[in-house]
Amino acid sequence: MNTLTRALLGVSALALTMTGATAETITIATVNNGDMIRMQGYTDDFTAKTGHEVEWVTLEENVLRQRVTTDISTKGGQFDIMTIGMYETPIWGSNGWLVPLNGLSEEYDVDDILPAMRGGLSHEGTLFAAPFYGESSMVMYRTDLMEKAGMEMPDAPTWDFIREAAAAMTDRDNEINGICLRGKAGWGEGGAFITVTANSFGARWFDEDWNAQFDQPEWKNALEFFAGMMSESGPPGYATNGFNENLSLFQQGKCGMWIDATVAASFVTNPDDSTVADKVGFALAPDTGLGKRANWLWAWALAIPAGTQKEAAAKQFIEWATSKDYIELVAAKEGWANVPPGARTSLYENPEYQAVPFAQKTLDSINAADPTNPTVKPVPYVGIQFVAIPEFAGIATEVSQEFSAVYAGQQTVDEALAKAQALTTEAMEAAGY
Amino acid sequence: MARAVTTQRKTINTAIAWAIGLLIFFPILWTVLTSFKTEAQAISDPPVFLFFDWTLENYSIVQERSNYMRYLWNSVIIAGVSTIIGIIIAVPAAWSMAFVPSRRSKDILLWMLSTKMLPAVGVLYPIYLLFIKMGLLDSLVGLTIVVMLINLPIIVWMLYTYFKEIPVDILEAARMDGATLREEILYVLTPMAIPGIASTLLLNVILAWNEAFWTLNLTAAKAAPLTAFIASYSSPEGLFYAKLSAASTMAIAPILILGWFSQKQLVRGLTFGAVK
Repeated sequence: MNTLTRALLGVSALALTMTGATAETITIATVNNGDMIRMQGYTDDFTAKTGHEVEWVTLEENVLRQRVTTDISTKGGQFDIMTIGMYETPIWGSNGWLVPLNGLSEEYDVDDILPAMRGGLSHEGTLFAAPFYGESSMVMYRTDLMEKAGMEMPDAPTWDFIREAAAAMTDRDNEINGICLRGKAGWGEGGAFITVTANSFGARWFDEDWNAQFDQPEWKNALEFFAGMMSESGPPGYATNGFNENLSLFQQGKCGMWIDATVAASFVTNPDDSTVADKVGFALAPDTGLGKRANWLWAWALAIPAGTQKEAAAKQFIEWATSKDYIELVAAKEGWANVPPGARTSLYENPEYQAVPFAQKTLDSINAADPTNPTVKPVPYVGIQFVAIPEFAGIATEVSQEFSAVYAGQQTVDEALAKAQALTTEAMEAAGY
Repeated sequence: MARAVTTQRKTINTAIAWAIGLLIFFPILWTVLTSFKTEAQAISDPPVFLFFDWTLENYSIVQERSNYMRYLWNSVIIAGVSTIIGIIIAVPAAWSMAFVPSRRSKDILLWMLSTKMLPAVGVLYPIYLLFIKMGLLDSLVGLTIVVMLINLPIIVWMLYTYFKEIPVDILEAARMDGATLREEILYVLTPMAIPGIASTLLLNVILAWNEAFWTLNLTAAKAAPLTAFIASYSSPEGLFYAKLSAASTMAIAPILILGWFSQKQLVRGLTFGAVK
């Protein structure tokens, strides 16, 4: 082999090594939500800046949850970035399944992440996932129907006011339901809503010693109130209504009020899809005067599974996707109403974003949520609409099925609570609590 | 003696058959119609049936967002290859159990079928770990093997049922004429069982095409078939029904066309031996 050939081979090998080190193809698992789909459209911007290519695996939320849980718990290594929520992040972080997001660049400004989001995506002070967008829940109501009912929505209503307003706005002849709420079984659907409702009534899932609390009067009060109000003013068949069903009803002008995720505000005020876009007002989620409002806290966040071979590129992507620059990129192309909300403090300080009608209420709702202190009485867990323990998803799904049976008129509140108490106690004992 | 059927009875039967057929087909029709609506029309109440502004926008968005051809290719490979390999394995297996049964043949058949009764999720982790060890995750080879194996009991059962209808005397005559085992299966049994084999093949292509649990759980970006394509358009937080319908229509169109053109063969095979 002559010197020239050796030199050429050496240069080629070096070039290959360098290419391998600088340009990677990362695989990202994500959900099919509007903001995530929008992000996929801007991938070219990331590639242009870093040279890294991105392969997307987009799945329905529940399918994604199962898929990424299987992969990370078996160290399958199929994904370099996973889109996960506030429920998974602290559990997986404590298991050592996620790469800590330390050493993020100065320009990224990690301190700009909203404190509630940062707290919910950390374990023992270490951030394990960066929020792409965050949400709480709030009241969305029809200003015209409220006026017609001769009532005025306060900024921070009580449950009694909501019930009264719902009854006044209900017009069965014109198919208008005073209030639309989630009744669908599932820990992330109706289970999440009844949990935050119960929080505001002073109930809790567990006491300090992890004993189930469904036999306490607070749960009975919450469930009876919810079922009673919905039978008076809710849509028929609400036991099977989730986010999408209520969104559809509200957009067609069939709900006086809807209490749900703050991200829904951009949907119901979008004139392309909503028939009531210009008649929507916002208020904080209701309370009963006990000091806790019925609002949750959630974030879809980007995390790096431990064991990925492309950690540096994955971190670069997370810095790009959850940066201030990305928000400005979306705002410039699609307007401020379409930027991912609920993640950064600076967004809510931006005068242009402050002009978006639901911006301030979204921020207030997020700030009113405290995942480390979610209930009136003390609890041993973190999480508002969930309990951040691995057993919760299974238990809460079963409990919400019992509650949905109450909404459908198949059993009484007492029967459902007795079953919930029994199944939760059994599952927690089996899990060693 | 065949029972005489009056014209009136024929008309009633035809009407009932059409009504049942339309009822079964309606969800597919509704999906196709919804795919041509806007998202607002897709959720309108009362629903609009035919009189709306037809749009191809959803198809163009889906095309723009997803690499449909890659998903389609993966589905074709997984469904096609798994069925062919399954048939190659199942024909001799069904032959042996139909024509030279042992004392345990019935038990083996039942055991094979019982494997279909196990919830798939029960073996997800063992299979996932095996796939990690063998480097088969997100690969067409791995997925083809799994889909072939989960459908194999059905292929064997169907072929066994068809083979049982073939008189054993014909095979014995072939053997007396000096046919080897291979020749007996290939040149005597197979031609007689062609309708049965064809319908088994078609049904298994459909089953493999629609298989969603394993295809979603064992793939990521490279080997994902059309089931993953549909799953990427479903969302519990956002009304994307028109786009989901467009994606679903694109995913079912190939298998629907295949079923349409092969329905004669399919019905012939399914009713094979039903009337003696």
